[in-house]
Amino acid sequence: MSQENKDQQIRIYVDGEAVSVAAGANVIDAVASVGKEIPHYCYHPKLSVPGNCRMCLIEMGTPGRDRATGEPILNEDGSPQIMWVPKPVIACATKVSPDMHVRTESEVIQSCREGVMEFLLVNHPLDCPICDQAGECRLQEFATDYGRGYSRFVEGKNVKPKRTRLGPRVMLDDERCILCSRCIRFCEEIAEDPVLGFIDRGSYSTLTTFPGKELANNYSLNTVDICPVGALTSTDFRFRMRVWFLKETPSIDAESSVGCNTLVGSREGVIYRITPRRNDAVNDTWMPDSGRVLYKAVDADNRLVSPSIEGRPVSAEAALAEAARVLLGGKVAIVGSGRSSVEEQFLLRKIRDVLGADVPTWLVGRPAEGDGKLLSADRNPNVRGALLTGLVGHYPEPVLESLAGAIASGEVDTILTVGEELTEAGLEASLLGKVRMIFMGTHHGPSSQNAVVEVPLPTVFEKAGTFVNQQFRVQRFAAAVPGPDGILPGLKALADLLAQLSGEAVESHIEAIWEEMAGAVPEFEGLRFGAIPETGQLVDGGRFAGLPFVEGPGLHFEPMNAIKEAR
Amino acid sequence: MISTPKRTAVHPLERRIILKHADDPTYDASIACYERHGGYAELRKAIGELTPEAICQEVMDSQVRGRGGAGFPAGMKWKFLDRKSGKPIYLICNADESEPGTFKDRQIIHKDPHQLIEGMMISAFAVQARQAFIYIREEMPHGAQILESAIEEARARGFVGENILGSGYSCDLVVHRGAAAYICGEETGLIESLEGKRAYPRIKPPYFPAALGLYMCPTVVNNVETLCNVKHIVAMGGKAYAEIGRPGNTGTRIWCLSGMVRNPGYYELENGRHTYGDLIHKMGGGLLEGRYLQAVIPGGSSAKVWRAGERFTGKLKNGEAFDWGIEDVPLDFDGPMAAGSMSGSGAVIVIDNTVDIVEVLANINAFYAHESCGQCTPCREGSLWMKKITTRMANGGARKEDADLLASIGDQIAGRTICAHGEACAWPTQSFVAKFRDKFEAKAEADPEALRTRAFRMV
Amino acid sequence: MPFELTEQTLAEIDRLIPRYPQKRSALMMILHAIQKEKGYLSLESQEWVAEKLELTPIQVREVVTFYPFYREHPIGKRLIRVCRTLSCALNGSYQICDHFKKEFDVELNAVSSDGRVTIEFAECLASCGTAPVAMVDDDLFENLDESKVKALCAEIRAATPATPVEREALAMEEPKQKN
Repeated sequence: MSQENKDQQIRIYVDGEAVSVAAGANVIDAVASVGKEIPHYCYHPKLSVPGNCRMCLIEMGTPGRDRATGEPILNEDGSPQIMWVPKPVIACATKVSPDMHVRTESEVIQSCREGVMEFLLVNHPLDCPICDQAGECRLQEFATDYGRGYSRFVEGKNVKPKRTRLGPRVMLDDERCILCSRCIRFCEEIAEDPVLGFIDRGSYSTLTTFPGKELANNYSLNTVDICPVGALTSTDFRFRMRVWFLKETPSIDAESSVGCNTLVGSREGVIYRITPRRNDAVNDTWMPDSGRVLYKAVDADNRLVSPSIEGRPVSAEAALAEAARVLLGGKVAIVGSGRSSVEEQFLLRKIRDVLGADVPTWLVGRPAEGDGKLLSADRNPNVRGALLTGLVGHYPEPVLESLAGAIASGEVDTILTVGEELTEAGLEASLLGKVRMIFMGTHHGPSSQNAVVEVPLPTVFEKAGTFVNQQFRVQRFAAAVPGPDGILPGLKALADLLAQLSGEAVESHIEAIWEEMAGAVPEFEGLRFGAIPETGQLVDGGRFAGLPFVEGPGLHFEPMNAIKEAR
Repeated sequence: MISTPKRTAVHPLERRIILKHADDPTYDASIACYERHGGYAELRKAIGELTPEAICQEVMDSQVRGRGGAGFPAGMKWKFLDRKSGKPIYLICNADESEPGTFKDRQIIHKDPHQLIEGMMISAFAVQARQAFIYIREEMPHGAQILESAIEEARARGFVGENILGSGYSCDLVVHRGAAAYICGEETGLIESLEGKRAYPRIKPPYFPAALGLYMCPTVVNNVETLCNVKHIVAMGGKAYAEIGRPGNTGTRIWCLSGMVRNPGYYELENGRHTYGDLIHKMGGGLLEGRYLQAVIPGGSSAKVWRAGERFTGKLKNGEAFDWGIEDVPLDFDGPMAAGSMSGSGAVIVIDNTVDIVEVLANINAFYAHESCGQCTPCREGSLWMKKITTRMANGGARKEDADLLASIGDQIAGRTICAHGEACAWPTQSFVAKFRDKFEAKAEADPEALRTRAFRMV
Repeated sequence: MPFELTEQTLAEIDRLIPRYPQKRSALMMILHAIQKEKGYLSLESQEWVAEKLELTPIQVREVVTFYPFYREHPIGKRLIRVCRTLSCALNGSYQICDHFKKEFDVELNAVSSDGRVTIEFAECLASCGTAPVAMVDDDLFENLDESKVKALCAEIRAATPATPVEREALAMEEPKQKN
């Protein structure tokens, strides 16, 4: 159920209590919406419904009607007589109907759940002490909640392969698999790469790939996310950290303009994994594998951790003062980034305005092939932020040819680059040797080698902020980890540089910046950082309708041009 | 060389309609022979004189119930068909004949294939299907060949294919061979199999074949014997057909008698006119010398077992009181049902006193565990667990508590699965343990060495 | 060596596909046709079928391994399937199976050392009235007893030349659930 579609409500009775639920919902989702859980394994809201685990059995009844007259059949007390279906039914494949009754806690249902739990466990290995899923395992949870509590099984358990490499990122333990088929359905229905399947039959059914074929698509790790048990594990994450130690911080996948919602799992300042966070308007419950390894940038060997002048480590204050001095004395050009947050882009725009409204400003474009799903053709997460904040007025190009020309001709002798490695934007290192470079960024690169001033910035994992995705949806992310020592927190580096240049005090707190942005950017009027919903806030992108955005259709996205053509 | 199953003499108590010619030594599977015996007259009548609606009404009037196992009225099944969807309608003949103890469809297919083809083409016309399939089990490879050539004969004579009998109605008929999976007898499993997939039965709702069957189109799936009956319903008229047998149990049925009797075989009987006693003793010749009855499985191995000496009392649907021993139970649909079991596929398996009843259940459990598709949890895990327990018991490892455990496992399966395989695998265990509890408990006391080294084995 | 089929099998496959409204439906019949020619369904053959029907190989293998009458490994020249289900078992099919095994000195699901046969248990062959029964390839043999088994085995030996097989080669890894 999409959230927008919840206006039509109907009344059903859950364990005797009248509740209002969304019409058209299945019983699992409907009952969940009023705060009650119906345990399930195979059902997944974004996949087809196979009804195979039988964990969500409920009793269901509807008000009886006389076959001949169609009149409701009433009890003696005038209440409608409920015709209970004689056998339990699966909640996942049962749609709610007006005045339907469901029992989720009756003796029959308790016995059903106890039975299914016992059956799921008879051939399940007792791996919990060494299993990565422990702590977020539905088998553990429901065994505790609904299980018998002791084993009646004295036969030999089935033996299956314990360590199958399904692909570069996913490992399979077949003994743990409960054959719910979520991963198979995901590969077929979402990734459109049906490489997983069951071989053999009955209790000996075994999940596998065809010999020599791999689960290697860029969405393979979603199978790990949706595996309700520890059968599928991430090669990157397995055996590294107990999940109950992880702090999960809401974030945004910065690898493209889709802006998949994510959770960053960290412990004591170290990130261990990134998983998708459900947003039915953006990424449902999925994300690409490629976005899950971005955290490795935090501890990369070339991470820029200390401010410097001419290569000498200095304090941040000294570096920023020197940067201001250089900028005020030069023929400046600015290179901003579509990877910076909206707040960073806004501060950089203000820096530009102090230096002179005519200071040429570029953004580095990152066009690439989109996959039609959750990796768009624009590998910048936040080009639209740069447009909205007024940092740039044109659509970015991947190669900054005009800047190269300006340097060659001497029109530009000083560059402030924030978050971009200029050699990657088509500028030769030899050409960059001709300018004084103020380099603000997260990692060392060829252009920081000869920088006059280097100022380290936090990565997306180390700061709070917003990106505006391809839908013009403003999405918030929070700081997951503090980042290395020596990096000024959050927006402080840019705010302090602005203060140095303008001679005025600048507030670096994100809410303060939003207060100012809300006044300066018409689309942000009335918005505050803290008030942006977890699922993001759509803003009007109409001002930019004429720009040549590169994104093609994807999940929950149709490009404006395509829509226009369709009309 | 294509072999024909043994021809047997017709027993005087039989009333042969479907198998009228099957055991006539001068009768063969050719279309010439079939037409010589009046074959395809009903198809001519159906297409030439009747409307599809009229045929459906005749079938409804006949009250004919499905011969595959569930005994659901065929006319109703046809009536449920979604005819307004605009999608093509498919007719499928379920020739997967796989319930242990059943071998009636084999006789029809091998000995009188054109009767099935005629029944199918009338049915296809009645439901306005443009494409029909026969899903035949691979355990009958000759049957598939016989049907293939019979269809070609029928096609050449204008009974199958384009513009049937010049009527403008067209329907092709294709033989599809399975590959030894019991679950393909379940109609939605069969449909999945016919779609080229694992035979995983579908959840119902929403996937009722009448609306969302083969390729998500409206589909009718009928058993071989049921489809053959359609021919005779058209011949004699639905109301006349309903005069055969008993109300709600109309027509004849082909009963398959097997197990430990002198004359196992198939017997086509008017419904409700004879008893299990007649079948076992009069037709089946009774038990072997010096043996006595231990148990009867009245409708295929998934039906609940009867223990010798049991009595069944109660009231029939018409209010008539009954008090039956096994031998008194009428051979029809409602009789075995009233006696707590079912007629299922009409397969009666007789078990005498010389075999170990625990081992009988172990053998049955091995079948249902082997045949569980593995899709849904209770059947997948429960069937194998029951097999493991009963195999252990048969081999000398029984424990006192196994009887209760088996019963409890059965209770945790039946009524909670995607398809009826849940009941099929649970009912034997539930009923054997309930009725032979003493023998299951005594097993724990038996000499394990003697069990391990026993000469006669069934597991 | 690339996977190849005879002209006859290829023609059969091309005849089978258009019989169905959707070509995936032809899968089981195509597998039968290939198994008839090759004796078993190698992984190469499964990939070939997948390409033919625009499926992924795993979608083919899911089907091959679901149905017991498909096999992924070579077997003896003749396949003996003894029905082990209730009516046959009540009439001694386990003992009948033992007779077959003794005649060819071979275990279940393996190839006899003379290469002549593989013996399997099968579930109900739907000829319970003539139990115990067995199939040898496509032919059904009814009302078996020890002497009939002996005669049948002699017939098989006479009609099937021996091709001794290395013992090691007999150790097959059969993933399917076996009786």
